Amino acid sequence: MYEFVSGPLVWIAFIIFIGGSLYKIYHMLSGAKKDMTLFRHMSLGHSAASLIHWLIPFNNQSMRKRPIFTIVSFAFHICLIFTPIFLLGHLILLDESLNISWWSLPEGVADWMTIIVIAGCIFYLVRRLTDPVVQNVTDGSDYLLLAITALPFITGFIAYHQLFAYKTILILHILTGEIMLIAIPFTRLSHMLFFVFTRALFGSEQGYWKHSKDW
Amino acid sequence: MKPTIAIREPVVDDLMDQTEKSLTEDQIEKVINEVIDQETGVRLQTYVNTCIHCGLCSEACHWFLSNDRDVSFAPVTKVKDTIWVMLEKKGKVDAAFIKRCSQIAHTECNVCRRCGMYCPFGIDIAYMMLVVRRICAKLEMVPLYLQDTVNSHAATMNQMWVKPDEWIDTLQWQEEEGQGYVPSARLPLEKEGAEIMYSVIGPEPKFLAQLLGNITVIMNVAGCDWTMPATAGWDNSNMAMYSGDFEVMARVERLHHETAQRLKVKKIVMGECGHAFRGGEYDGPTWLGWMSPPIPIVHAVAFYYDLLVSGRIKIAKKVEGPVTAQYPCNIIRNAGLGSKLRYIMNAVCEDFVDLVPNDRHAFCCNAGGDTINCGPPWKKIRVQSARLQSENFKRTGAHTIVTPCHNCHSGVEDIVDGYKLGMHVKFFSELLIEAMEIPEDLQA
Repeated sequence: MYEFVSGPLVWIAFIIFIGGSLYKIYHMLSGAKKDMTLFRHMSLGHSAASLIHWLIPFNNQSMRKRPIFTIVSFAFHICLIFTPIFLLGHLILLDESLNISWWSLPEGVADWMTIIVIAGCIFYLVRRLTDPVVQNVTDGSDYLLLAITALPFITGFIAYHQLFAYKTILILHILTGEIMLIAIPFTRLSHMLFFVFTRALFGSEQGYWKHSKDW
Repeated sequence: MKPTIAIREPVVDDLMDQTEKSLTEDQIEKVINEVIDQETGVRLQTYVNTCIHCGLCSEACHWFLSNDRDVSFAPVTKVKDTIWVMLEKKGKVDAAFIKRCSQIAHTECNVCRRCGMYCPFGIDIAYMMLVVRRICAKLEMVPLYLQDTVNSHAATMNQMWVKPDEWIDTLQWQEEEGQGYVPSARLPLEKEGAEIMYSVIGPEPKFLAQLLGNITVIMNVAGCDWTMPATAGWDNSNMAMYSGDFEVMARVERLHHETAQRLKVKKIVMGECGHAFRGGEYDGPTWLGWMSPPIPIVHAVAFYYDLLVSGRIKIAKKVEGPVTAQYPCNIIRNAGLGSKLRYIMNAVCEDFVDLVPNDRHAFCCNAGGDTINCGPPWKKIRVQSARLQSENFKRTGAHTIVTPCHNCHSGVEDIVDGYKLGMHVKFFSELLIEAMEIPEDLQA
């Protein structure tokens, strides 16, 4: 089992993740061409201006209005993306199998970053359960997406600290990580791929087309 | 996903009630899928697939905030209760559902685009509400009063059933009114090759004719080479743009621009109206495939700004006491004229008290996006849902609210009445007429 999830399934997961993402973006862009107005409303400068204002914390009115959400969201997403890429354990495996490697996070830091991701998921879960607006637009898929996101980190944390059933947890960790990768292009986790485009369109429409701003 | 619980007082709207009875589910399914497949494409699909259901847009919406954070008014809820269901059921919904969609998209949303500015992904929720309106319009599920203005556009090419002779007669009458200030003033009709074609919205000749007198004075004092058309094409308003009848919208915009081309003018200057600017500058040319207007369109705020900055209009005596101004969404958030509005307000007022929040973050008057045109049946909830802006006005302590937009003007009048603010509501031109200097050689 371990050999399978850490061998062929890793390849399959990455192929589906990368291939699926490229396909989804291609599908969106080719569909967008049919809409005669979309690309003509776009401007690189205004797209960039919008992205800069929304990728830097507190650089727009919406984020300033909700400081706690902003801090949690930025911490969550930064840790979510960078922890797996710069985790020593992952890099050792990569080095062993493909002989490539790069800078890694100190283990203690990575451990805290994992905790931040898990805490972020708990924050989002509590928000889904308690904020009436969010509660009203939440269904099973939202909880499932939250679980898909949280599980690789929860299992990773348990495996790293070898809290119990190391081998089983390790297999679960790899498996849940692969599920997450596969899910990204085909679920609403695809906001990871698409937010750049939706942001760029709104930023362009506001800035280039309507001579205003969107932050 | 469970349907949202929305508690509303029953409203009788004859057209919507009648359409509900006559619509068949086959018609509904066909129209929904047609619009979604042929008119929205990947834009709608990407918006729906990217939305992570975080609810941050709710903080932007004056409907939600004014109704004590009632969930059923939140922007994301409006999408959930309309588009999500249509997509999920692939158009298999009933007439009662379409009626509720029209109620949400036509009467409970101003398509002001503030929520898009608060969504971390820049999802344009107003666009989605316009898609819902489009579907409703194709199914003839439109509030009666709004549909009446659309019918007027379609039949007469103006919003208010103004007849050709009434139009010309009103202009000549207002030319005479203008001559009360400046005896040599002219309101030139059909002057080919003039620099400016001035266009207005239907309600000006219908019940706000004094504004035509005001512009006659302003144009003559500033020495502008201007004209107005004597034919249809003079009305720059466009209710069809908001009902979702884009075919009629396109006819109206095309005629407006072609009238300017016929008169061989260099630019169109339009009266103080926000949605008209949106129609002439963006929505019309986009739908027609022109992308940008063939003849530049200048909104009154930008025009007055130019006249004041260039010194063609000088201010003799500023308006006294605290005065504030509503920031119309379609010329501020969606056209970037905020700083020009503040400039002209400071130029004519001794004490301009700005709103908080201001500029592109200012709240809608809650009349825009056609909601006021949905008529008396829908007025109560509209005024009730403008509570937030009424509090913002009250805080300024102003004696007058300036509204450089017709929708805002009527909406703010309703706010002033409804919340007993005791303030005057004026167009900018009314202030300018009071404050401007009329050179001695032009005086009566």
